[in-house]
Amino acid sequence: MKEMIERLGTKFNIKDINEHKDNQVFLTAEKKDLESVILYLKEFEKYDHLTMISCVDYIEDNKFQLTYLLRNYNNNADTIIRVFIDRENPTMTSINELWAGARVYERELKEMFGIDFPGCPRVDDAFVLEGWETIPPMRKDFDTKKYSEETFFPREGRSTLDPTEQMEKKMYPVEAEVKKSITKEFRENSK
Amino acid sequence: MEPIWNDKSDLDLKSGKYVKIWQGPQHPGVTGNMSLEILLEGDEIMECKTHVGYLHRGFEKLMERRKYIKCFPIVCRICVPEPDTNEYLFSAAVEDLAGIEIPERAKWLRAMNLEMARLGSTIMGLGGQAGAFGLGTVGQWSVAHRDLILDLFEELTGARIYHMYMLPGGVRHEPPAGFEDRLEKILVKTEKIIYDIDKVMFNNYVFKSRAVGLGVIPKEWIKPFGITGTTARASGVKYDIRKDDPYLIYDQLDFEVNVGSAGDVYGRTELRKREVLLSVDLLRQILKKMPRTGSVRTRIPDILHWKIPAGETYVKAESGRGEYGYYMVSDGSEYPRRVHVRGASYTHAMALLEKLSVGITNADVFGLMVSLQTCPPEIER
Amino acid sequence: MITIGKDSKPDDKAKELQNEFFCEALPKEVAPINSKIVQKFYNWAQANSMWILAFGTGCGSIEMRPLYTARYDISRYGMAPRPTPRQSSVFIISGYASVKTLKRIVRSYEQMQNPKFVIALGSCTVNGGMYFDSYNTINRLDQYLPVDLYIAGCMPRPESLIAGFDKMREIIKSGKAEGANTYAKNFEWYKSNQKKVIKDWNMPDYNW
Repeated sequence: MKEMIERLGTKFNIKDINEHKDNQVFLTAEKKDLESVILYLKEFEKYDHLTMISCVDYIEDNKFQLTYLLRNYNNNADTIIRVFIDRENPTMTSINELWAGARVYERELKEMFGIDFPGCPRVDDAFVLEGWETIPPMRKDFDTKKYSEETFFPREGRSTLDPTEQMEKKMYPVEAEVKKSITKEFRENSK
Repeated sequence: MEPIWNDKSDLDLKSGKYVKIWQGPQHPGVTGNMSLEILLEGDEIMECKTHVGYLHRGFEKLMERRKYIKCFPIVCRICVPEPDTNEYLFSAAVEDLAGIEIPERAKWLRAMNLEMARLGSTIMGLGGQAGAFGLGTVGQWSVAHRDLILDLFEELTGARIYHMYMLPGGVRHEPPAGFEDRLEKILVKTEKIIYDIDKVMFNNYVFKSRAVGLGVIPKEWIKPFGITGTTARASGVKYDIRKDDPYLIYDQLDFEVNVGSAGDVYGRTELRKREVLLSVDLLRQILKKMPRTGSVRTRIPDILHWKIPAGETYVKAESGRGEYGYYMVSDGSEYPRRVHVRGASYTHAMALLEKLSVGITNADVFGLMVSLQTCPPEIER
Repeated sequence: MITIGKDSKPDDKAKELQNEFFCEALPKEVAPINSKIVQKFYNWAQANSMWILAFGTGCGSIEMRPLYTARYDISRYGMAPRPTPRQSSVFIISGYASVKTLKRIVRSYEQMQNPKFVIALGSCTVNGGMYFDSYNTINRLDQYLPVDLYIAGCMPRPESLIAGFDKMREIIKSGKAEGANTYAKNFEWYKSNQKKVIKDWNMPDYNW
């Protein structure tokens, strides 16, 4: 595992190496090298099983983090490659020529995050959603509760309770009352 | 070089030679709620496109706006026949990020729960496979037998389908008194039903003539398509996460990985039959070796305001259908930043089914679909 | 959509129906029969041959399998799963309905012959259940289809399903199962609700 990271480090610019477990390493690659990093791992280091492609939305940094998870069957090691891309007009190179499974993941990312993968077959077809009109639903700025309340007809009578208060009231009613009064007094005194 | 999975359609659709039909979602042969867009010439399939998304609930989005403990009720609903794998993986991911070590006895109980779930779903899969080729008898037997296992689950956890037995830090409670004897009785019954199924299904002329040689997956396709689990093992790839990268207590159990060689529907079904027997064997070993004393749960912080340290992890487990994985990112708050579920049949059902169904007849496509253990709710989540 | 003969063209009304309601003709209400005895006989007959459309729309369909097979054996009560909507009279919405499935549910429901009844399983058809905030599942089924009976639970056990069927039989016998007529009467309201969530009404082309 360590030798693999060293060899990879001499060839490409990788950073944020985090050996999470004995056989699991997270590392960050640059966007332009991604295809060659993956091809190198596949051809020379025997990481020839693509487990999944995922995406994390870092809206505060205005970035998407794409996550590629590769597995080596010989020593059961997982290498997880993170790539950061811009959140405006996100585009990424497609790796569907390397793994057939990749095209399904790329289609899903296109629909759920709006990341384009030019060259991936059927990438523009609807995958899961049908007739979707607003922003891609998995982005952080999409509010699913608001959308649901506006679109579907919520039945009245559903209320949300704070579980802490509810449990306290139910299980320790006297203590909850005392705690409430103490907090109230404390708040008034501190004013 | 052009990859093998590139499909170039040069069919002249206007020539009148082809018929396009849609099968599903309202179709009794389709596993779950999914549809196939099939292009036929005569009875032969020329092109097949899978359409999923009928069961999409947006779990990954819903989890982002729920606290960790509140994710539990929805996590098990990702896979209906085998929910325990999801529960285990979610708790394992949370424990991994929070650095919690669970007690020894909880590990054994978790493994027992996982094997029971595998037993139930694999037996139902055998019945579904027989039903897809017109053998209703095995379907009746297997679903009725699965109900016995569901009764055990009800006794253990209080629910038939969605158990929520595992929680971060261990399992919910001890099994009831006398549970192990009743489990042993069901295991004896399982062996008997497998013997019966063996006689009725695997020596049946109709089943054999339809299943042998259908949907052969060559060994070279396993890695490009990302195939895992029994489907890969039936093609001769000896890889089982329970053996090769053991989690829980699987390193203390003594078993051999089942491998097939043919890679067709018959081989896969036969391998699943052996998988059921392996589960029975593992359950017996677990009952024998399990420590009888000790706590089943560690103390965890206040679960309602539990802040998980920032970090990311990937945990995996062998479910009845293949590798199940959870990729979890935490940013140090009470809510998960992102949870990605790698469903076991995700690539089987989409890329592989589209490729394999070309050239077979329309009647066989559902048998093929069941044999790939397609499970729509985990594909679209 | 279907044009019979070479020269027949869809007239304006049919076009309007096609554009507005995606159908060739509006569903008609079935008037009750004048003779009370005959009506009672009809109700009795309908209550005793409830054939179920085998369309697993959600995760509740996993409990339908034990129901159909040896252990709970629903055929004792004269019910059986049917593969096609044309032959079935009871439509069980087994759990949450996503928007994409709702379109197929509506299409299957409209293909069913009268008399037809809808049973909705699970909390998620009542008020959204645990998917109340999901962007892809509907909250209340009765806004889109006339529901005759709800069976609550997540998911309902086979026993509660059987109890639900008993209740449904009582409702049919007493002549109160008017779901299909309600749908015909308030067709515009139902369609406008359905149009609000289903944005893409294109049906797949079956042949060309």
